[in-house]
Amino acid sequence: MTAIGGMEKWLETGEGFPWNRNEVLRYLGYRGQEIPGNVEALIEECQQELERAAQAKSTWKEYPLEIRGHVLDMWCLQVKSMGLERNLKDCQKVLLFGATLGSGVDLLLRRYGRLQMSKAVVVQAASAAMLETYCDWRNEALKREYREKGWYMRPRFSPGYGDFPLECQKRVTAALELDRRIGVTLTGSLLMAPSKSVTAVMGLSKKPRICSVQGCEACGKADCEYRRQP
Amino acid sequence: MDIRKAMEERILFCDGGMGSLLQAKGLKPGELPGTWNITHPEALVEIHKAYLDAGADILTTNTFGVDALKYPGQTGFSVEEAVQAAVRNGREAIRQSGKKAWTALDIGPTGKLLKPLGDLDFEDAVRLFGQVAAAGAREGADLVLIETMSDSYEAKAAVLGVKENCSLPVFVTVTFDEKGKLLTGGNPASVVALLEGLGVDALGMNCGLGPVQMKGILEEVLRYASMPVIVNPNAGLPRSEGGKTMYDIDPDTFAAWMEEIARMGARVVGGCCGTTPDHIRRTVERCRGIKHGPVEKKKRTLVSSFAQAVEIGRDPVVIGERVNPTGKPKLKQALRSHDLEYLLREAATQQDHGAHVLDVNVGLPEIDEPSMMEEVVKELQSVVDLPLQIDTSNLEAMERAMRVYNGKPMVNSVNGKEESMRGIFPLIKKYGGVVVALALDEAGIPETADGRIAVAKKIYDTAAEYGIGPEDIVVDTLCMAISSDSQGALTTLEAVRRIKRELGAKTILGVSNISFGLPMRENVNATFFAMALQNGLDAAIMNPNSDGMMRVYHSFRALTALDSRCGDYIQAYAQEADRKKSGLSEKGNAGKKDPEKGEASLLAESIERGLKDQAARAVRTLLAARGPMDLINQEMIPALDRVGKGFEAGTVFLPQLLMSAEAAKAAFEVVKETMRAAGGAQKKKGDIILATVEGDIHDIGKNIVKVLLENYGYEVLDLGKDVPPEQILEVAVKRQVKLVGLSALMTTTVPSMEKTIGLLRKEAPWTKIMVGGAVLTKEYADSMGADQYCRDAMASVNYAEKVFGN
Repeated sequence: MTAIGGMEKWLETGEGFPWNRNEVLRYLGYRGQEIPGNVEALIEECQQELERAAQAKSTWKEYPLEIRGHVLDMWCLQVKSMGLERNLKDCQKVLLFGATLGSGVDLLLRRYGRLQMSKAVVVQAASAAMLETYCDWRNEALKREYREKGWYMRPRFSPGYGDFPLECQKRVTAALELDRRIGVTLTGSLLMAPSKSVTAVMGLSKKPRICSVQGCEACGKADCEYRRQP
Repeated sequence: MDIRKAMEERILFCDGGMGSLLQAKGLKPGELPGTWNITHPEALVEIHKAYLDAGADILTTNTFGVDALKYPGQTGFSVEEAVQAAVRNGREAIRQSGKKAWTALDIGPTGKLLKPLGDLDFEDAVRLFGQVAAAGAREGADLVLIETMSDSYEAKAAVLGVKENCSLPVFVTVTFDEKGKLLTGGNPASVVALLEGLGVDALGMNCGLGPVQMKGILEEVLRYASMPVIVNPNAGLPRSEGGKTMYDIDPDTFAAWMEEIARMGARVVGGCCGTTPDHIRRTVERCRGIKHGPVEKKKRTLVSSFAQAVEIGRDPVVIGERVNPTGKPKLKQALRSHDLEYLLREAATQQDHGAHVLDVNVGLPEIDEPSMMEEVVKELQSVVDLPLQIDTSNLEAMERAMRVYNGKPMVNSVNGKEESMRGIFPLIKKYGGVVVALALDEAGIPETADGRIAVAKKIYDTAAEYGIGPEDIVVDTLCMAISSDSQGALTTLEAVRRIKRELGAKTILGVSNISFGLPMRENVNATFFAMALQNGLDAAIMNPNSDGMMRVYHSFRALTALDSRCGDYIQAYAQEADRKKSGLSEKGNAGKKDPEKGEASLLAESIERGLKDQAARAVRTLLAARGPMDLINQEMIPALDRVGKGFEAGTVFLPQLLMSAEAAKAAFEVVKETMRAAGGAQKKKGDIILATVEGDIHDIGKNIVKVLLENYGYEVLDLGKDVPPEQILEVAVKRQVKLVGLSALMTTTVPSMEKTIGLLRKEAPWTKIMVGGAVLTKEYADSMGADQYCRDAMASVNYAEKVFGN
């Protein structure tokens, strides 16, 4: 993955977010159709509004990892999940990670969901891509930081991916104090509010891993409409 | 001694962190700290005593996070037990130490976000906080400290909950980020406006930041606050080490910063996460001698939304008047048919045109105004971030709106009649607000400026008896139509000028009234607006969508040095100037007509390409020659079908499909208007219920489906998101609905979809059910007993056409 430049400037000024255009289009269900000028303009407009509305924040904590049988014990969380276990192979520590674009994005989503659906779908897709890019950028920095200390960081793996139970959100958000640190809370059905938020576990290992499939491709749902095309 | 008096006399000291001290004494991760109040009272008394020893005046009880969402839970202790034990521990520590100090009942956030951001209802939050406050007050707490609030709405719920359950002094501190924003978007000005409006006794900030970062924010808070300010920082910014959160600023450095903070004007100082008795001891040593005079009253007239404050009196304020049914048949219709989208659109359009505040009036004789007002305020504040002006003569509607409003509203209006003042002022006192005071009373509208000034004076005096300061009143000297009273404008302007000079009042006018009964009203309105501004008008209730009015606004600011380097003026008009120069129409070249093509193909093309304005224009032209149904069936529906087919074939992608749908909708609106004018109405094809199932708050898919179904002529009964099965059934039965569409996006909410289907099958067997959503598949849908799985929005249209036999 190439370095994501320009993020600091956006965080500082609210302008010039390093958009990953292909990802925005992918979340819009794009399949190579012609993109008319007014649709192009709509995407541009939504991206600009998002740059101003989003207040990206993140937080993380490091925990020791012990694997007993198939129980992954991260001190603040004990869980069985084959998917996560594969992901954490050879790891001795984990990072719990949380990030959000903040409640301003939800305001845009609500507003356009009521007033202009064409914009709502674009804001939805663009904010999803924005959050991913922001997390990637933050994770890259963590990866470098840990590399210097002799650790290799594994890709993000979130509660709700594969067989990693969504129920674990409760422990993860509590351990990270997400409500106080970055304003992320859980609803009764374990959805995160603000909606454009992420939690994840990243393994830390002394051993490098050659093939690191991550993100979209790591997911088992091969028939997903939004799956990244090879 | 009353703590309110003490704050005027000297700096008061809060205690510091609690969590890490409890952990040091053996509190385990995941264990609820509040249980220790009962299981380890000696540990709490010891910690409190350490802070008293260090010189703290205010002990905060160990009740952060104690509420009915978590207690009794697994703890076995009720909220009351945990709270009362906590207060007892505080008082016991004070007794043992023999010192004079106050026990503050600590109230933290619930850890839930309020609706519409999250799923906690505002009134439920008020109750949760109220329960804690009642218990703490019973046990003898001296004051309540509401802290670490990062959402203004939750802070408001907490203040109301506390004040409605006890009469203790209330302190509130919120948590800002490095940029001086709350997590839900507020800033120092909006926070001060809200909290002062609610009548708290001291306000400030805690947690989130260290003292260094708080300095800049404090400066901003002090600019607005007219009450004692509290600063309780963390011992620096947090850093994580081995799963533990660490703070790095040592007691001496911390105290040095705190001295600066106290010298800047903070009157209550202490610490939050990572601070220890030593941090407090050093702080007390350095700050004890600092003396402040009485708190300076800033006399600023502020209204606020959750996100921002608007000040009246420095720069003219534009208050959008469009959300008001008077003289607006379409808005009346929208209110009667409960078409809130129409209102929201009016609001958003005014914001886009530059309004700073939006007036909201939903008074119609045949509707339940209090419920409607409450609902509209909630809806508006969920899509626009401007402060609202609640405009009603119905006191119940006023109170309900002020209560649920997320900020300090403008209130329209009070007047000099006894009855009006007796009704309105207690509401302003309780909820906060800037009230528009009409210069009239039992004797009517005084004819002279002198008479109006006298009424204004009476209103100020009466407000003062309720404890409402002049800064929370703006006087409307009233505009009389010049068509009936030729002196009308002159009297009004004189009153504006003098009332400002003689009473130091802030002024407001509904400027549009002046031209009542005249043709081309904008001419008169705009000129009068300019005259009023020149005479010192502070705020105008007007139509921000009017170019003429906004030209006056922008020009006036540029001419009176309110617009630095004419920057705003240039931004507003540079593009228009360019367009005029290049000879293009306002909408660019989208409106150019291809002479080769007729208007009919232009209509179809506009829909296919998603050009809203052009579609509406084309249909308007066509309606001169062709019937509305003919246009719908021959031009518009076929165009929509082509786009729909393109979408299914993968040649058109989603945003384009929706832009087409919106262009079609704009064209339909024109057609509908014509049909209404001709006394007919388009017959709907049938009713369809759409809902996102209970537990699920994703509604984007459902909303896409709605847009398309409406285009195809269906009446969509949109029940929203997180809808209980019983509610869907109720509507299905009441309206004998033939088709229900259910959406679920999460695997966890699919069971709730299944439950809904089961209920409908049993109690409304005639209805067909279509389902959709990211996690569903055809097999899944079949196994749940749905009639149809719809993979996308077009599939739902196709199925609806089948069900309704079109």
